[in-house]
Amino acid sequence: MIGLNDFMLVSVALFCIGLFIIVSKKNAIQILIGIELMLNAAILNLVAFGKYDRINNGGQVFALFAIVLAAATTAVALAIILNVYRRYRTIDPDKINQLKD
Amino acid sequence: MSLVQMMFYLMAFITLGSALVVAMGKNLVRSIFMFFVTLFGLAGLYVLALADFVAVTQIVIYVGGILVLILFAFMLSGKEALATAGQQKTKFISLHNLPALVLAALFLVVMLNVVFKADINNLPWVKAAIATKNVVPVNGTGINDIGVSLMTRYLLPFEVISVLLMIALVGSAHLSRKEPVEA
Repeated sequence: MIGLNDFMLVSVALFCIGLFIIVSKKNAIQILIGIELMLNAAILNLVAFGKYDRINNGGQVFALFAIVLAAATTAVALAIILNVYRRYRTIDPDKINQLKD
Repeated sequence: MSLVQMMFYLMAFITLGSALVVAMGKNLVRSIFMFFVTLFGLAGLYVLALADFVAVTQIVIYVGGILVLILFAFMLSGKEALATAGQQKTKFISLHNLPALVLAALFLVVMLNVVFKADINNLPWVKAAIATKNVVPVNGTGINDIGVSLMTRYLLPFEVISVLLMIALVGSAHLSRKEPVEA
């Protein structure tokens, strides 16, 4: 069988790739993708450890809730990005630097 | 090397490789589609972690929901958004990306240290679970257990998350509506 270490290594690498995307990209949608990658790295850990909780299924159920939460977050974030684009004509987070109109 | 291990390495390679392509790609649409591949690879990894129901949920919600949502939001936001957002002149390794690269690499070093120092396979609760046979069986299905515990032990979070989904739905519809023309 595959050990827990292997899953954690994949998850660590995925998390760091997500971090790199978030810091380096100039596009709000790509930053959203980076956030999703980091979330998925966390979910992978939950699932891998959930193997050792057969009775309560803590890990797997928590992973399900995390997936649903990620879906809700993405919907709201995309709505915000569309609004920002409509108002500023750009989705570069570096160029959005005022709170009022 | 057994078949399971080979599948694990294949899935890990697909996942990490496509994630790297997402990180390196300049074209936004291409990076969205490579993200699709990453999510499929992750679903395969979930299957190998004996969580088949989570894998199916991942495919249905992430690939069927979130990705289509991102694509729609991107394609519906107009041609000029495509033109401006589609091209980026930054390369993967350039002076411009150096801070991000350094940050990610340092974080990788720290987390690898944590993983190797934690000695995960000898955690007390994992050992107790193995001793009391509280491990998900390889040849059985765990979907029954998930259904029962979702309706009994985790009933309150289940209801709360349905309310939260409702709030998110209403909120995003409210946010993305057309603004009325103000006089």
